[in-house]
Amino acid sequence: MSQMLRLATAGSVDDGKSTLIGRLLYDSKAIFEDQLEAVERTSRERGDEYTNLALLTDGLRAEREQGITIDVAYRYFATPKRKFIIADTPGHLQYTRNMVTGASTADLALVLVDARNGIVEQSRRHAFLASLLRVPHLVLCVNKMDLVDYDQDVFDAIATEFKQFAAKLDISDLSFVPVSALNGDNVVTRSANMPWYEGSSLLHHLEEVFIASDRNLIDARFPVQYVIRPMSGDHHDYRGYAGRVSGGVLKPGDEVIVLPSGFTSTITSIDTADGPVSEAFSPMSVTVTLADDIDISRGDMICRPHNQPEVGQDIDAMVCWMSEQAPLGPRAKYTIKHTTRTARALVKDLHYRLDINTLHRDHEAGALGLNEIGRVSLRTTAPLFFDEYRRNRDTGSFILIDEVTNNTVAAGMIVGPTQ
Amino acid sequence: MDYELSHLRTLEAESIHIIREVAAEFERPVLLFSGGKDSVVMLHLAVKAFAPAKLPFPIMHVDTGHNFREVIEYRDVTVERLGVRLVVASVEESIRQGRVVEETGSRANRNRLQTTTLLDAIEEHRFDAVFGGARRDEEKARAKERVYSFRDEFGQWDPKNQRPELWSLYNGRHHQGEHIRVFPLSNWTELDIWQYVLDEDIPLASIYYSHKREVFRRDGMLYAVTEHLSAGEDEEVFEAIVRYRTVGDATYTGAVESTAESVADIVAEVAATRLTERGATRGDDRASEAAMEDRKKEGYF
Repeated sequence: MSQMLRLATAGSVDDGKSTLIGRLLYDSKAIFEDQLEAVERTSRERGDEYTNLALLTDGLRAEREQGITIDVAYRYFATPKRKFIIADTPGHLQYTRNMVTGASTADLALVLVDARNGIVEQSRRHAFLASLLRVPHLVLCVNKMDLVDYDQDVFDAIATEFKQFAAKLDISDLSFVPVSALNGDNVVTRSANMPWYEGSSLLHHLEEVFIASDRNLIDARFPVQYVIRPMSGDHHDYRGYAGRVSGGVLKPGDEVIVLPSGFTSTITSIDTADGPVSEAFSPMSVTVTLADDIDISRGDMICRPHNQPEVGQDIDAMVCWMSEQAPLGPRAKYTIKHTTRTARALVKDLHYRLDINTLHRDHEAGALGLNEIGRVSLRTTAPLFFDEYRRNRDTGSFILIDEVTNNTVAAGMIVGPTQ
Repeated sequence: MDYELSHLRTLEAESIHIIREVAAEFERPVLLFSGGKDSVVMLHLAVKAFAPAKLPFPIMHVDTGHNFREVIEYRDVTVERLGVRLVVASVEESIRQGRVVEETGSRANRNRLQTTTLLDAIEEHRFDAVFGGARRDEEKARAKERVYSFRDEFGQWDPKNQRPELWSLYNGRHHQGEHIRVFPLSNWTELDIWQYVLDEDIPLASIYYSHKREVFRRDGMLYAVTEHLSAGEDEEVFEAIVRYRTVGDATYTGAVESTAESVADIVAEVAATRLTERGATRGDDRASEAAMEDRKKEGYF
């Protein structure tokens, strides 16, 4: 069975990131001849010395004219084992905003360094953001090994330095691969140039990395999205609660409690258009029916009586600010979207701003500007049903929306109830 | 049980989640339906999302008047089979009303005219969410578009000023007169679509399968001779065994030579092909490197 793996990459052209991605796409036949011809033609016309694979997805007019990547680009390739979605983010422009966006759904983060330069500020930033967003797997690719004579000592020194830095972060699975994207060493197949390297090629690692246990299969969480009531013929009395499982495993016969009402009932069936199923788990979209006729609507949460999320209106969270128009400051009000629930939120406190290069906490900071990250306390107009982000990325995340412009202005990761 | 989903079922679950979000949060959604495979899969997913209830919103066909006969037949059979409500927005009607002017010349087509018809229909019916079947893998301007793509009161897309889209929390907020285009198939590839059609046994218009047809060669593509398009004096008409990889207006959608007679044949063909579907079959994308971006900014699909 072919699975899906989402990965996030970031970095600049100089790291050879485009070349690496280009090679993964090309070798897995995800680049087509007409695309390659168009890129070759444009590269020639621009006077580039090499075929610039960044042109494959830098498709916007402004990007081609200025030779920059404006936004997160999504690229797709597949092998018989897995389908891959790459969220490819630019190295400098709007770095944090784009990286946070790409990492929010990623199973794996790919950090690329140049073997000649070793760990630089950008590699540390990337690793920090991957850990903040709880991307479960991180791979450090040491690229351009051909330019350091495939020297094991260079690779080992970089790996050691990175491990020391990573120890300060919360990274559950860390791997290292020495590659030459240009020559293809260790990208798809193991390289004869580095016999000292005993690990797998990058693609092999991406195909094999174990992701099934990354999901929360313990805490049953079912945010109700939509109530299905056919009110017709055969289904006159049907009342189903549609949604996507956000944690745990649901089964017919399970005793459940519905928040916020607190009523309890039993799951009668878990329905899909293809018929009922015996179990539902994340990220399945299903429809749940209950034995009792109780009032349930969008924004409610179905869970188990002995394993409930936090319920509250006072929440502490790390937020990444994404608006260039106005900073986040104390007393500001926003719309908050969390699971299927929408409310209003007041910023009660900005505790500190975090320097993502040094991890220093600035407790004197009075506001968060574009691309800045800090810890806040929020008060919401209605209770939210939440878990710590580190325990559940679905029930622990939210966005803030500006009530005048309607823009998404912040990504939030819940730390817990305000103490 | 190992609690694992295949990549197709993961994509399906994501699309159903998106479609339900829209039904829950918008007043008047509509689903764009061309009869092409992507809109067919999107409609199939939408019907699954609300089963056993009926689809809670209508579907809309933007009709250029230059259709393949087989596709219109297919559209009507599908509407009947699924019991959905169909709205037709007609480009011919827009021409009659003087909203747009027909292009002239040998390469004239109604591709760009559709945008006015589409935006007029959105305004007339006060649709606030418009589902489209676009995929990010099919075109480079689409690779950067959000699942929820905000449109201003002129229907315009601003690629440099898009809302960040995090986790599966979609921001559909908009003011009156603005709307959101929603792309539930964003993460699907052409091969995913065909594998899903095979898995789910979804009926498609007959022109997707290999058939014999009178064609002529123009700009390196094979065009069918229809009541809407005829060969020029220097273009030779011949019979060929072809099928369509995309279904659009008959005046600018090319056929490919193929003997694929079943969905399984097509899956094998798509897996081995070295040309993108739009590059192989769409005259409308060949205008320039940024042809799609320019049309999208104006409010195109």
